[in-house]
Amino acid sequence: MDENAALFEFLLRMGDNTLILGHRVSEWCGHAPVLEEDIALANTALDLIGQTQMWLGLAGEIEGQGRSADDLAFLRDAWDFRNLLLVEQPNGDFGQTMMRQFLFDAWHLPMLTMLAVGGHERIAEIAAKAAKEAAYHLDRSADLVIGLGDGTEESHARMQAALDLLWPYMAEPFEADEVDAAMTEAGVAPDPGTMRGAFMEKVGAVMDAATLTVPERRFAQTGGKSGVRHSEHLGHILTQMQWLQRAYPGAAW
Amino acid sequence: MYAQMVQSTGKGVKSRAEMTEDERRFQDRVDAGEKIEPKDWMPEGYRRTLIRQIGQHAHSEIVGQLPEGNWITRAPTLERKAILLAKVQDEAGHGLYLYCAAETLGVSRDELTEDLLSGRMKYSSIFNYPTLTWADMGAVGWLVDGAAIMNQVPLQRTSYGPYSRAMIRICKEESFHQRQGYDIMLKMARGTPAQKRMAQDALNRFWYPSLMMFGPSDADSVHSAQSMAWKIKINTNDELRQKFVDQTVPQAEFLGLTVPDPDLKWNEERGHYDFSEPDWSEFFAVIAGEGPCNAERMAARRKAWDDGAWVREGLMAHAEKKRAAKVAAE
Ligand SMILES: [Fe+2]
Ligand SMILES: [Fe+2]
Ligand SMILES: [Fe+2]
Repeated sequence: MDENAALFEFLLRMGDNTLILGHRVSEWCGHAPVLEEDIALANTALDLIGQTQMWLGLAGEIEGQGRSADDLAFLRDAWDFRNLLLVEQPNGDFGQTMMRQFLFDAWHLPMLTMLAVGGHERIAEIAAKAAKEAAYHLDRSADLVIGLGDGTEESHARMQAALDLLWPYMAEPFEADEVDAAMTEAGVAPDPGTMRGAFMEKVGAVMDAATLTVPERRFAQTGGKSGVRHSEHLGHILTQMQWLQRAYPGAAW
Repeated sequence: MYAQMVQSTGKGVKSRAEMTEDERRFQDRVDAGEKIEPKDWMPEGYRRTLIRQIGQHAHSEIVGQLPEGNWITRAPTLERKAILLAKVQDEAGHGLYLYCAAETLGVSRDELTEDLLSGRMKYSSIFNYPTLTWADMGAVGWLVDGAAIMNQVPLQRTSYGPYSRAMIRICKEESFHQRQGYDIMLKMARGTPAQKRMAQDALNRFWYPSLMMFGPSDADSVHSAQSMAWKIKINTNDELRQKFVDQTVPQAEFLGLTVPDPDLKWNEERGHYDFSEPDWSEFFAVIAGEGPCNAERMAARRKAWDDGAWVREGLMAHAEKKRAAKVAAE
């Protein structure tokens, strides 16, 4: 695979993850269980959208077709999106949202940490900035997973259900394809499989403290980061997110 | 503004002769511009009026997240999405400062929340209007935050210390809110014909509800007279409304938009704009719960509270377990 093409794909993956997760988290605005969570969720969404601007902005530059971050976010259809299936999953209850956030953060932080010392200067810069935010997100989501897992009987049951529901999506981040191979070869990004150890260690520690049980490995859901088979949810997200840009083409906002 | 028709004692302002020794000393401190702090003696009526006013203001910030939250997932660019998120996050923060200020008067956030959800306490009428197009995000920032600022800037000098300090923090953020709103309007008003139409439509729908934010004329209100004597209200509703109109009309002209009031005109003699009063029967209907979005707004807040019960209980149970474990270890 041509290195530039692989780089573009890789940047879409990073940017689409934060774009779609940021969208999902922002759906909570004004509806959280406590005011502090309204603030924290908005803050998380804001960080993720900020990261999206950087990743997709760079993706557009690398592609060299004159597409801006906004063009990439608002004018691609579902099959051109490269986010993990995990992040397009619905919010569910607050527990499901926080479990999704924790699983994402527990992958995202080590990934960004590696990218920050990788061989691509621009990517390393963005990753270093994003890693600070991701570390904060991980602290928070881990605390909430522990607090709710080891809370009441009801909160425990809801958190276990959330983990069971989302676990099948946690193989995808660690599977390598030719894009990853090209990135690893170029010294830009780690081989995704090598990050599984650190991820499992963190998950194990947090789930122990949360008194939750990591499910037996079940059939892995994949197809998001390759764009081959997204869930039905992504189309609905885009329907909302892209509506103004699609309905009024060429308008400046 | 976010506190409308706040009831005070309803008895009118006492003369010095009618005041007790404590009341006289209290009034002297207020008149001298001193700040009243939570531990200081204060008349019970002052405390209760403040709880109603600050509580209503806090609830407005919280419910106020909803009409703007309605567009976050549809914001047209990443930058607009980020700005709107930051703005709505600020509003939640304002709610937090204000609930904290109210807590210093001996009422908990949970009690105030229950009062909101049961309908015993109100929030600003403005948040019962729908946000229908992206231009409404502009109109809300420009007009709604603009009207709020009119009220909140003078309240920085209010007599109650914690309320005054909350207002100072809030005002710092409000000017950014108004600017981002006006900036959206500017983009829309200078945009395509469809965008221009959205901008005019937003002004048409939000103009009178914004004027209503100041509440009906209170020149003869005993409640307002008492609140003004206590410096928890600084200007009359009519003064603030006039100031708002005088400031906003030239801004609308700059946008090339038409204020939906055929009788609006500059009055050379008064040095102010003459303008039409909003339909006060609509205002009273909205306050009574019959506005276009009252049912949805309250349903959304109730659902958030009810759905969140297991989260709050779970986190409390966990904190209790941790505390017990720590005690056992000692
Ligand atoms: Fe506010
Ligand atoms: Fe506001
Ligand atoms: Fe505001």
